[in-house]
Amino acid sequence: MSMLEIKNLTANAGDQPILKGISLTVNPGEVHAIMGPNGSGKSTLAQVLAGHPAYTVTGGQVLYEGEDLFELEPEERAQRGIFLAFQYPVEVPGVSNAYFLRAAYNEIRKAKGLEEVDPLDFIDLLEEKLKVVEWGPDIMARSVNHGFSGGEKKRNEILQMAVLEPRLAILDETDSGLDIDALRIVASGVNKLRAKDRSFLMVTHYQRLLNYIVPDFVHVLAGGRIVRSGGKELAHELEARGYEWLEDTVPAGAA
Amino acid sequence: MTALAERVSAPAWLSALRARGAARFASTGYPTTKDEDWRFTPVAPIARAGFVPSVPASVTASALAPFIFGQAAWPRLVFVNGRFDPSLSSITALPVGMTVSSLAATLATEPALEQHLGRHVAVDVTPFVSQNTAEFADGALVQVAPNADLGLPVHLVYVTAPGTTGASHTRNLIVIGQSARAALIESYVTLGDADTYLTNVVSEVVVGANAWVEHVRIQRESERAYHVGLTHVEQARDSHYRNFTFAMGGALSRHDLHVRLNAANVEALMYGLYLGRGEQLVDNHTTIFHDHPDCRSWEVYKGVLDGTSHGVFNGKIFVTPEAQKTDAKQTNRALLLSDTASIDTKPQLEIFADDVKCTHGATVGNLDTLMEFYFRSRGIPAEAARRHLVYAFCAEVIAEVALEPVRKELERLVLDRVNE
Repeated sequence: MSMLEIKNLTANAGDQPILKGISLTVNPGEVHAIMGPNGSGKSTLAQVLAGHPAYTVTGGQVLYEGEDLFELEPEERAQRGIFLAFQYPVEVPGVSNAYFLRAAYNEIRKAKGLEEVDPLDFIDLLEEKLKVVEWGPDIMARSVNHGFSGGEKKRNEILQMAVLEPRLAILDETDSGLDIDALRIVASGVNKLRAKDRSFLMVTHYQRLLNYIVPDFVHVLAGGRIVRSGGKELAHELEARGYEWLEDTVPAGAA
Repeated sequence: MTALAERVSAPAWLSALRARGAARFASTGYPTTKDEDWRFTPVAPIARAGFVPSVPASVTASALAPFIFGQAAWPRLVFVNGRFDPSLSSITALPVGMTVSSLAATLATEPALEQHLGRHVAVDVTPFVSQNTAEFADGALVQVAPNADLGLPVHLVYVTAPGTTGASHTRNLIVIGQSARAALIESYVTLGDADTYLTNVVSEVVVGANAWVEHVRIQRESERAYHVGLTHVEQARDSHYRNFTFAMGGALSRHDLHVRLNAANVEALMYGLYLGRGEQLVDNHTTIFHDHPDCRSWEVYKGVLDGTSHGVFNGKIFVTPEAQKTDAKQTNRALLLSDTASIDTKPQLEIFADDVKCTHGATVGNLDTLMEFYFRSRGIPAEAARRHLVYAFCAEVIAEVALEPVRKELERLVLDRVNE
């Protein structure tokens, strides 16, 4: 069974149609890059899959491990293994990183019928996961993303991903705003988490990230549709030629 | 000592003070909503009830136990229905430099009382103060010697016994000596199913030069009670005073915090947290008098209002022409959890000096939907996400309490409320 099957998905932000018929299949272990110019709908796609309240699904279907994704609340999607690394991670003053992570970790365990872990055991687990993003323990006492630099916020998303061990990780412009060192840490964090039963959907504007995280497939979104799909070499072509040459392309299968 | 006996033996200064309070209250009566300072806080039910002084009562230590927190070594004065109860108190092993007593027991003998009582709070500042001055039965007298570093806070616990229907007029006097370091906690609590009653308390706090004082006020009375309180703080030069005012009880509760920065280089930090639900009305009025140069006041009040509860916040800051280099910041943030909860919030800055930094900000809002989605996207259900967020909103200001056991107790109270 495929991990994710998107069939002719359409979605609005308010009254504004953004996604105009997306179809895409992701199999276990695959890394798909979603590229495209600003306003093409690639971040919308990422957020719709996670259940962001700002968007309304207007048509089509998404099956996640064979189940209708839109029958699931955002928390249920997370409990079943969907993780969205936010483009703009939310600051939560007053909630410590450690507390937030443990709450999320335990909710996901509870949903799987597993016992919750106590704070001490969780610290041991965290110590391991912090290595994924090359962080010390100090970060855990700070409020979630509160006062974090742009790079710290993105690293924190990857840390959360490492702790929650999703089956489908959706990275929404995780490379944006990162300097080269932060990009290397974030990318190597993602690479450490690649596994044969874990799939990635990486939304990115630039090819740069794909030098670090090499995708199996690249899709180009324009005007709310996938206008071109290919292998990793498509990213290089985009880097060389930009997006404009694709804007007029009639998408395969689009009405 | 009975009220009658006190009146017979009362020192002249006290009789005169009480007479002024009584005369003032006789002429004003309780305020009405036509009164600017009581516009959003209708106390007509208190006026209608015509509470007479509550009768003495006793409660057991085990009934009180759930309201006692912190360490066993903390000195504790317990007042039941407004009267000192030595059997529930713990004042035998006081830290060096601290003296405590029942105010009523020392009225005739304690020189600090004549020196301070009613000298800082004007008898006519509110009708409730007038009435309190005329009728107070008892309260705490806490004195800290110059240079004393107490190490332990003193816990003042004001208990209303089950079935009480009257009024407790309580008066406290706290005098902190020069360069002393002290902390005090006031707890207002109700045992069992109390009827409608009134707590009317006035506290005068005198902070000596270069002293450091933390003062926490926890009001968690029955949701049928009326609680009206005024705390007046007088700060001498180079002193640091930090106040945390917490309110979650009372059908109607009103607290006025007046802080007078009465010399140069004084710092006052005022934090507040109030939780309203059902039909509760929670009112906080704060007034800061910047009378001298180079002083700093920092104020953050937060409220969480649910049901049809109503919050009132009024923050006055007066800066006199002499008070140059004043640095004053005031913030009030209210979180409305239902469509029917509401708040009236009003900053009131009157600045007569030209070289000052004074800012204020008020925000009123619902829970942040993006934050909620962030929690949900990590597997935390909506309801739990909302609880976490309300708790976090509160925890941020509780974190400003310096005393850790008090912080923990406040966090527990908020958590219990949030998880109900």
